[in-house]
Amino acid sequence: MSAPAIDPVRTPVTASPARKSAGKQRATPARFDTALGWSDRPGPAWVLRVLLCVLALGVFAAPFLTVFSGSFSEKASGSTLSFLPHHPTLLNFEVAGERGIWDYFGNSLLIAGGGLLLQLVVCTLAAYALARHRFRGQALILTLFMLTMMLPEEVIAIPLSLVLGHVPVVGIDLKGTVWGVILPLGAWGFSVMVLTEFMKDIPTEIEEAARIDGVGELRMLWQVVLPLCKPALGVAGVLGFIMIWDQYLLPLIAAKDPTDYTVTVALSILRTDPEVGSGVVLAGAVIALVPSLIVYLLLQRSLVTGIAAGATKG
Amino acid sequence: MTATATTPGPRRARIPGRKAVLPWLFLAPGLLLALVFKFLPMGKGVWLSFFDVRPFLGDQWVGLDNYTRVLTDHRFQDAIGHTLLLGIGMSLGGIVAGFVLALLLEGQARSLKIIRTAVFLPVVTATAVVGEMWRLMYYPTSDGLINSGLGLLGLGPVPYLDNPDTALWATMAMGIWMLAPYNMVIILAGLAGVDRSLYEAAAMDGVSLWQRLRHITLPAIRPALGIVLTLAAIRGLRVFTEVYVLTGGGPAGSTDVWMTRAYTLGFTRNDIGGASAASVVLLCVTLLLTVTVNYLRKRGDVR
Repeated sequence: MSAPAIDPVRTPVTASPARKSAGKQRATPARFDTALGWSDRPGPAWVLRVLLCVLALGVFAAPFLTVFSGSFSEKASGSTLSFLPHHPTLLNFEVAGERGIWDYFGNSLLIAGGGLLLQLVVCTLAAYALARHRFRGQALILTLFMLTMMLPEEVIAIPLSLVLGHVPVVGIDLKGTVWGVILPLGAWGFSVMVLTEFMKDIPTEIEEAARIDGVGELRMLWQVVLPLCKPALGVAGVLGFIMIWDQYLLPLIAAKDPTDYTVTVALSILRTDPEVGSGVVLAGAVIALVPSLIVYLLLQRSLVTGIAAGATKG
Repeated sequence: MTATATTPGPRRARIPGRKAVLPWLFLAPGLLLALVFKFLPMGKGVWLSFFDVRPFLGDQWVGLDNYTRVLTDHRFQDAIGHTLLLGIGMSLGGIVAGFVLALLLEGQARSLKIIRTAVFLPVVTATAVVGEMWRLMYYPTSDGLINSGLGLLGLGPVPYLDNPDTALWATMAMGIWMLAPYNMVIILAGLAGVDRSLYEAAAMDGVSLWQRLRHITLPAIRPALGIVLTLAAIRGLRVFTEVYVLTGGGPAGSTDVWMTRAYTLGFTRNDIGGASAASVVLLCVTLLLTVTVNYLRKRGDVR
């Protein structure tokens, strides 16, 4: 579509992995490796850098430590947050469990798992058609998928809520079911874009060879193209999971009553409950935090390449 | 357009009938979902924005009344101001903080990678969770996390979220905290593309650090900065969850943004027509911004 528009940015982006491998060969970083010319030898600049790094960690990472320690602290009500739990206990998680946090967590897992599966299948199929076939209206279809990124749930919330209550033609009420959250997340322009770009770069010779052996389209996609797409699927999978887990408004409007909420939405129920204290809210926050944390730590490389790719697509 | 180069010509001619249907079969699920859950609601929203929506009584055509009502409503006018202030503040603050972080954490050392991983945590955390975290960090009494820090400096506790004068700034700080590491990654990718020999040459010429940043680093990462700014601006316009979770628009409407207003109007006060009109206004502004930016970017490339 707008290939010339993204080219100047792609150059630095693709330069990043290339440089990573270059860095591996050269063990000691040179002075001109960084814009500020940081030196790795101890000295005043080195001390300053260490101090600033500690400050950055304090601002961006330390709050997470306080959340974890607060959730394990005995004092279930109160506001004190610290880095180590006072009298470690699981009481907060027990109370949060009594308030149904694990049911909400189950809703979340079901929605994230099902939503991600549907999203990957739908977007892979669309990307395969866009990358490996030529047909009329291709540019228009690509634009439509890009438009889905510009129509976030916030902007279409009210009419979407009406549509979810009564899906046209079939007339089903999706509210109160996980489908109400999963289906609107199925077509995600970002995944289509990333997978399409990646599939375009797969050499056609591989397919030609398989085609001569009489392989059909679906088997071609499943057995030939998909195994080659693992890096792109990783990117789409991680960002898709984080995007679905981050949903707030959609689970809120797709729910019939609070028992349908996801764990992220249910945090506000815990907070407004006068009988539970900060510790229980923090326990809920930890439960809502851990899955995305695991996904991030396992697949952070894909995530970073994905963000760089997403940035160039706008 | 680029596909022409990658797809060889001869494949196109084989079995034309089946070939023409096949891509559409693969596209069907995605198009169907996008149609039903994205484009249909959009169309419905535009349609409803011209009606006085009355359940059980039948909708009544009111023309542009909803639009004039929304645009002249003083709470919406306040919300425009808050949205712009929050959007601009979050975007610029996020970029400056992201740039500083990128300059600080640029490098190949293993320890730097670990720090980058830790600093990136706010981005992968769900907005609602971040909201709850910050509510507790902003706890108004002196034993709240931030207030106890202020206490160490000898300053009194500040009721960040309960004071109409500080609530918007407190929300902005949380937004910057969430955005900065994300921007850091994009800017780091831009920094990686800077030609190292330029730094070396500049050092030989005895150029100061500030000049080096200004004349080598900044021009080199300008494309990355442009993208970061655009994304942030578009995201800033439709900011909802951050505000809704942290303050709910309060106190006294001091943090009400365009989307929280529209949400209240539509779901709490059941004014579907007015809320639709507000959403359409936002959608138009977002589309206009996106198209303008894309146009400018394309023109910049041709030059």
